[in-house]
Amino acid sequence: MNIILNNRPETLDIEQLTIQELIEKKNFTFKLLVTKINGKLVKKENRTKTPIHEGDDVAVIHLISGG
Amino acid sequence: MTFQEIKKILKKKTVGIAGAGGLGSNCAVALARVGIGKIIIADFDYVRRKNLNRQYFFYEQIGQKKVFAIEDNILFINPSVKIKPHDLKLNTENIPGIFKKCNVIIEAFDLAEMKQMIIETVQTEMPDTPIIVGLGMAGWGNNNALKTRQAGNLYICGDEDKEVSDELPPLAPRVGIVAHMQANMAMEILLKNN
Repeated sequence: MNIILNNRPETLDIEQLTIQELIEKKNFTFKLLVTKINGKLVKKENRTKTPIHEGDDVAVIHLISGG
Repeated sequence: MTFQEIKKILKKKTVGIAGAGGLGSNCAVALARVGIGKIIIADFDYVRRKNLNRQYFFYEQIGQKKVFAIEDNILFINPSVKIKPHDLKLNTENIPGIFKKCNVIIEAFDLAEMKQMIIETVQTEMPDTPIIVGLGMAGWGNNNALKTRQAGNLYICGDEDKEVSDELPPLAPRVGIVAHMQANMAMEILLKNN
């Protein structure tokens, strides 16, 4: 499956996965993340039940302190 | 567009700023200078001496509440800006009410947990309102790592990499750049959506 992940093309050797599985597959181990699919927020509690589809634009934003 | 034309549009706009620290105080001043109509700004903290390495306050304001100190400073620069200061801690409950009339919201917290909280709250409760966050600005140098990216109505300014620590403090130049990137992004959105 081909998707866009954080503005870069990404090819995954799997036909179906949720956004939580993508996070684990990519080893995004950060504790504070914001996830979006095609610009729409996926809340933390919905990550395990939200599937990613071919061509989706996925953003996994790592939150860090400073301001 | 001439500056007169820009001011005419911005005068009708309201910007919400969540936090009056390094990002919020500098962003508020930049927006006031270009003639934004109204700024709604919230923070619970007071000015400390250590804040003066990056925040838009003066030595004599140490001990004052940040939202009232920044109100004074903005009015010294542009007395026609309307300011609504909120001396409180923002949370999931009060954010939608406080910022409901804003055309754009600027996230200007320091803690990552608070950044996540406001992004999720605004994008869930008020998904049509653009939110501009500052993410990654600690330390110094590396100008070219600072950038902007968009994911729907969420705009991210910063390097998305450098977290604040004892060895990598937040300092005026880099925090100021990101605060001004946020103000610049807000202008772009407000002038485009006019």
